[in-house]
Amino acid sequence: MPATPRRRVAVTGLGVVSCCGIGNDAFFAGLAAPAPEGEHRVHDFDPSAWFDVKQARRADRFQQFSVASAQMALDDAGDISIDPARAGVIFGTGVGGLETLQEQITVLISKGPRRVSPFLVPMMMANAGAAAISMRFGWRGPCETVVTACAAGTQATGNAARLVASGRCEAVITGGAEAAMAGIGLAAFANMTALSSSGTSRPFDRRRDGFVIAEGGAALVLEDLDRALARGAHVYAEVLGSASTADAHHITAPAPGGTGALACMELALEDAGVTAADVAHINAHGTSTPLNDLAEAEAITKLFGIPGPPVTSIKGVTGHSLGAAGAIEAACCALTIDRQLIPPTAGLEELDPEMHLDVVTGSPRSLGAGVVLSNSFGFGGHNGCLVLAPLSFRDPGGAGSTDSRTGN
Amino acid sequence: MDNEAAFDKFKSCAVEVLQVPAEKITLEAKFTEDLEADSLEVVELVMALEEAFDITVEESELDGVDTVGKAFDLVTSKL
Repeated sequence: MPATPRRRVAVTGLGVVSCCGIGNDAFFAGLAAPAPEGEHRVHDFDPSAWFDVKQARRADRFQQFSVASAQMALDDAGDISIDPARAGVIFGTGVGGLETLQEQITVLISKGPRRVSPFLVPMMMANAGAAAISMRFGWRGPCETVVTACAAGTQATGNAARLVASGRCEAVITGGAEAAMAGIGLAAFANMTALSSSGTSRPFDRRRDGFVIAEGGAALVLEDLDRALARGAHVYAEVLGSASTADAHHITAPAPGGTGALACMELALEDAGVTAADVAHINAHGTSTPLNDLAEAEAITKLFGIPGPPVTSIKGVTGHSLGAAGAIEAACCALTIDRQLIPPTAGLEELDPEMHLDVVTGSPRSLGAGVVLSNSFGFGGHNGCLVLAPLSFRDPGGAGSTDSRTGN
Repeated sequence: MDNEAAFDKFKSCAVEVLQVPAEKITLEAKFTEDLEADSLEVVELVMALEEAFDITVEESELDGVDTVGKAFDLVTSKL
């Protein structure tokens, strides 16, 4: 097969809705602050900033997070003036409109089938977020939803980057959103013993006892690099590559020894055309569950040795927002690269003695030269890894030009 | 219930469901053009009216009901 040139992919816009802050500055500052107390909801999210009353009533909270983060990201990207046919939306979610579904099941039981809202389907469907984004901005290229549990935001971003790299799209709004903190969601995660009984997210800590469920959303505008440079856009980072694999092992437990995570990280580095030695930082999945963190730590050590590059899990602050997590973390990686600062891992007091990682704790650490790897692993055995880098990594003397590596 | 009281009740349902100012709810107002209500919103309004007036409206009865006046007549015919 002849090598297909692939375009370079720039991150030119970011928008974040997180329990530690709404908007890029508040979010990134929040990552270096103590974790929010109590439930990790986005308490200060006000839909009226993005929707009129009627629109807000017709949009599930996860859809509101989707549109709000996309709007912020597109505003951040500046004047993108794009051919709508070559503008795409690839968004992730874990479950879609769970709050609406729960509410309408209550209506069904208490008032009967004739009272179930005609808006239930367009509010609960997992693709409602992506659809709402494409409608709001009139983007008529591919509009798809990735539903791979906690890997959704990362895999969506990887898929979106390929649409830009292949030339199908000039720009794609990607990311993910989740609002699954309805009673049914909380009970279901609690009863599978996935949630922290102490209510504290402690990634990689010896005393970690489960994840702290959260909600939120994040969006990234991915754009053809040459186009972005030509219009003078600010480029936060370049998406160098990604990978998506499956454990094919167990519906909730990671493959022993982190073999699935390891394979995915290796493939992502290969896709990016870099080696383990090029990795300056890993933004870990680090959920604070006993099984995930151990498997991920083993995989990182197998690939990078001891101590390996500095690792952080922002879930110590953000908690775990499921299908939004990978998108929030991709946005974090872009900000980490842009600001040359690695946020610390909150909640980690005593590293699990079985792990041999250099985890960033306490205060932010300067980012060294190289690429940043972001990991996400989801129930179902879904693995997603992204590789981002500053523009200067590939092009120390200035940026631009087509990538000569083979697309896939 | 007299006609005026019934229309007030109708109006408050429409304001709540369609999120339009009360003064736009006139007998002549068309759901699509004047009240910017799509078909799902009309269904939701009918559900609210069924509940408020304790009536039942079959889907087939909604054929051709494109104005507030026609919807209001349909409701009052069942009281």
